[in-house]
Amino acid sequence: MTSPLGKDLLGLEHLSAEQISLVLDTAEPLKEISERTIKKVPTLRGATIVNLFFEASTRTRTSFEFAEKRMSADTVNIAIAASSVSKGETLVDTARNLEAMRIDMVVIRHQSSGAARFLAERIESNVINAGDGTHEHPTQGLLDLLTLRQRFGTLKGKRVCICGDVLHSRVARSNIWGLTKLGAEVAVCGPRSLLPSAIEQMGVHVFDRIEQAIEWADALNVLRLQLERMQAGYIPSLREYNRVFGVTRERLDRAPRDILILHPGPMNRGVEIDSDVADGPHSVILEQVTNGVAVRMAVLYLLAGNSPRLAEAAKGGA
Amino acid sequence: MTDILLKGGRLLDPSSNLDAVGDLLVRDGKIESVGGNIAGPDGATVIDCTGQVVSPGFIDVHCHLREPGREDVETIATGARAAAAGGFTAVCAMPNTDPVTDNQAAVGFVLKQGRAAGAARVYPIGAISIGQRGERLAEFGEMVGAGAVAVSDDGKPVVSSQLMRTALEYARTFGIPVADHCEDPTLALGGAMNEGIVSARLGLKGIPAEAEEIMAIRDILLARLTGGHVHLCHMSTRGSVDLIRWGKDRGIRVTAEACPHHLSLTEDAVEGYDTNAKMNPPLRTADDVRAVQEAVKDGTIDVIATDHAPHHYDEKEREFSDAPNGIIGLETALPVNVTWLVKPGIISLATLIDRMSCAPAKLFHLPGGALRRGIAADVTVFDPAAEWTVDPKGFRTKGRNTPYAGMTLMGRVLCTLVEGSVVYHQGVG
Repeated sequence: MTSPLGKDLLGLEHLSAEQISLVLDTAEPLKEISERTIKKVPTLRGATIVNLFFEASTRTRTSFEFAEKRMSADTVNIAIAASSVSKGETLVDTARNLEAMRIDMVVIRHQSSGAARFLAERIESNVINAGDGTHEHPTQGLLDLLTLRQRFGTLKGKRVCICGDVLHSRVARSNIWGLTKLGAEVAVCGPRSLLPSAIEQMGVHVFDRIEQAIEWADALNVLRLQLERMQAGYIPSLREYNRVFGVTRERLDRAPRDILILHPGPMNRGVEIDSDVADGPHSVILEQVTNGVAVRMAVLYLLAGNSPRLAEAAKGGA
Repeated sequence: MTDILLKGGRLLDPSSNLDAVGDLLVRDGKIESVGGNIAGPDGATVIDCTGQVVSPGFIDVHCHLREPGREDVETIATGARAAAAGGFTAVCAMPNTDPVTDNQAAVGFVLKQGRAAGAARVYPIGAISIGQRGERLAEFGEMVGAGAVAVSDDGKPVVSSQLMRTALEYARTFGIPVADHCEDPTLALGGAMNEGIVSARLGLKGIPAEAEEIMAIRDILLARLTGGHVHLCHMSTRGSVDLIRWGKDRGIRVTAEACPHHLSLTEDAVEGYDTNAKMNPPLRTADDVRAVQEAVKDGTIDVIATDHAPHHYDEKEREFSDAPNGIIGLETALPVNVTWLVKPGIISLATLIDRMSCAPAKLFHLPGGALRRGIAADVTVFDPAAEWTVDPKGFRTKGRNTPYAGMTLMGRVLCTLVEGSVVYHQGVG
């Protein structure tokens, strides 16, 4: 049976609203599996999945691995140190070797934009993009959507602002596509040096000041500020970043309404987000992590060619 | 050497306002007579040119032949044969080889290999700076003495304005153009495509148009300062052509080239991370393409050059940001130009021939660029209406990296004559 998502999950840009909703609807019932004492269903028994990580990742890789194991797949983790192009095996050779081992799915994290697609075009196995360069991170986008949907009921008309280093963020791109498709209004806020120059053409509002974003938004998705950005000269200092763009309790207290706070992690406390916000009553950061496992189970399940109608049954071990 | 009679073609030479159906006779490597009905001398090879255009041979002032250094990717011989197949009777080889063509011996090597190839003529371009390092001037005089026709550090911009100034001043003694690859390296750093909505969506680092334009205006101003002849390579943006127009209006000695890919494709071709759409300067927006087309039409852009840049397929078969820049262009230049410029009526065939033959000959002081009695018979015969589907497997170049593969284009070379010898004949050898 062909998957309702197609062969691969490479990004949210080319998915329809229906396909995105389908993943979220499929994830909902699967969440319960992780609440059991025996957190395992046999749905993907016999399937071989390779987690191919060219970049260091703790959270995403662990989340995928739990999702795979709770669906009873056989998993292998391959961590390949981010190497220069002249060293080591090429991606195309890696792809051919994996294909020769007759695997069913590859979860790939890679430092180059387009790497997941490159792999998907060259192997028959399903490919799941776990983050490619500064392009997309679709499962993160989906888990953000699931978290927001649970809190808001619907995303239609809700205002979500993505704050920080949008220029280098794959999370931001997947969020923009997913939120827009599900009917939310999307804004970005950050120093212009960390926003793509053509960002308005992606159909989002732009705020130059975090105060304006807080005034406007129902939810803030606060991006991690990579320390390298300071070294590369995009911003003068982390201290100033916090003073001008930091999401602080003081700023949130002036908001006209309660604002949900999301963060894809790992957080730089005291830089893009203050601890009392991250740990505060409106933070859904840990819900995001919980939902991450369910969303990834749903993606694995759907890509494996399972009928979305059977997701409920999968809980019982279809 | 047998006589060759090109029979019944449309003789088209904008340098002498020639546009008439007639014959052209080649004898002893020279054009013996042009026009009218010429009776074939005994033993002459007659080539039926009915329905074909007979034009002065195309001249490419910008290509990369990779020898010495990367003979696995291209050699001067394979490049010269590819050129002939594309209707080029002469090409200028950029010096960014390994080692760099920055001295008279290296220039002599390129010339020797070019002659041995027996295809299109190969003219060396010497480096502006030793090793293309942008520090010390190379010996222009000795390189010109050995046969170099211009100087350039192409592939790299001349970062130092002082060095560029000196090069433009020093080149005046030898009457050669200084060709510059316009790119502000700090703005372009790490860039993989044009900066804009497509780069924002694909998550690729962009190169803004301004990276090119800032260097273009710097070079124009330095040409004004020095009186030297600056030739701007592969201009790709609306802003650049506006700046060139500004310079020409003031009588500044600036000339410029555009490449077929910048006249036909936009940044949308990068969609799907196709590394055959990766080049530097990058493919720009539809508005830029229109502006550069317009500039070719009005002469702001003097010449069309290929920037032929073969790469090994392994090097292109990788992640987009890691793939090298450049595409092959010698065997697709004519059909791309006909399909995107002549067919839609943007320029006439005569203008195309001027930009591909007459103007390059004039700017770089090269023989050819005309159909005139007594000059060397460098002639191209092509069918401007023939449609064919691009299949890189059949190319003479070793490169296969073209974004035009599979496209059906219009305009096809029938045969190419260099100094009266047939160096390419479609379907024959």
